[in-house]
Amino acid sequence: MSTWIAIGVTAAGCYLVKLLGLSVPAGALERPGIKRLAALLPVALLAALIAIQTFGEPGGHAPALDARAAGLGGAALALVLRAPFLVVVAVAVLLTAGARALGG
Amino acid sequence: MAEQTHIRAAAPEPSARPDAAVVRDALGVGVAVGLSGFAFGVTSAGSGLTLLQTCALSLLVFTGASQFALVGALAAGGNPLMAAAGAFFLGVRNAFYGLRLSQLLRLPRAVRPLAAHWVIDETSAVALAQPDRRAARLGFTVTGLSLYVLWNLTTLLGALGAAALGDPGAWGLDAAGPAVFLALLAPMLRTTAERATAGLAVVLALVCHPLLPAGVPVLVAALAAPVVLALHGRRTGRGDSARGGAVSERAAGDHKEGER
Repeated sequence: MSTWIAIGVTAAGCYLVKLLGLSVPAGALERPGIKRLAALLPVALLAALIAIQTFGEPGGHAPALDARAAGLGGAALALVLRAPFLVVVAVAVLLTAGARALGG
Repeated sequence: MAEQTHIRAAAPEPSARPDAAVVRDALGVGVAVGLSGFAFGVTSAGSGLTLLQTCALSLLVFTGASQFALVGALAAGGNPLMAAAGAFFLGVRNAFYGLRLSQLLRLPRAVRPLAAHWVIDETSAVALAQPDRRAARLGFTVTGLSLYVLWNLTTLLGALGAAALGDPGAWGLDAAGPAVFLALLAPMLRTTAERATAGLAVVLALVCHPLLPAGVPVLVAALAAPVVLALHGRRTGRGDSARGGAVSERAAGDHKEGER
């Protein structure tokens, strides 16, 4: 049930901000400070999510270096080499699986 | 993108970009990103969400980063409202895409509530890259439609396939979520402020992770954005914005408008 609550709140919130952007008169959100913050917010959130989902251990343990780090390292390299989106994700998945198979 | 500039420069009038070229670009983005819904379906099912819940997310939320963030936080045992808050804050950027798209597309009032659902990274990128309104509308519609249909189909297939795959961790599929985030983040890291924000957010997240309940560290790390903005503003504001840590609009204005 609580999962459905989370889904409902996320769906409603995400839809409303999309509609807000399309509907407010131009200029209302155009203050440079707000624009800068809006640009930096996803940077902070994405970076935090990457760190937690790559190094975090569920259950309150200290961050750990495991097969996922190898996968993300590969994805980073693929990005530097300008690989397409799907290739980047595939590299991460395959390297993580490979590292695990080798006992990582 | 260089190709588009070239076409625009060569064309005698702005509306000369052929529809076929717009559709080709739009489908390329729609299909490539649409296919990664498979990774979401598998991740979501592996996080313990039911088939219905997984499909509801892709149908109703339809903004990938928020979806991955939500199932990740729920899988880690996070409070549902904390998890939703993290996903919501990631979705806030879509409001700013909408702002730019509304001026570009000039959609009729009746169409806006429908079009709003498709205002995401990919549709905005394609629409904003077009030389005129007609091409932008076409690019937005084709990207939105192809991405929406494929993303939901591949979500369904991924969630169904997850049951056959068993433990997604064994296949390395738990790395799909962070890899998607990395691919989204990489093009955002252009200025010092952006890199500093990312670095501070990583430190905050990893320090808070063992100490705070799941979902909360991401929200704490979000504070990296206003902190860096305030510090950056103070450093470049040169005296005229010494009003505490208030965000200096002048500093913000120092950055090029076309940057985003």
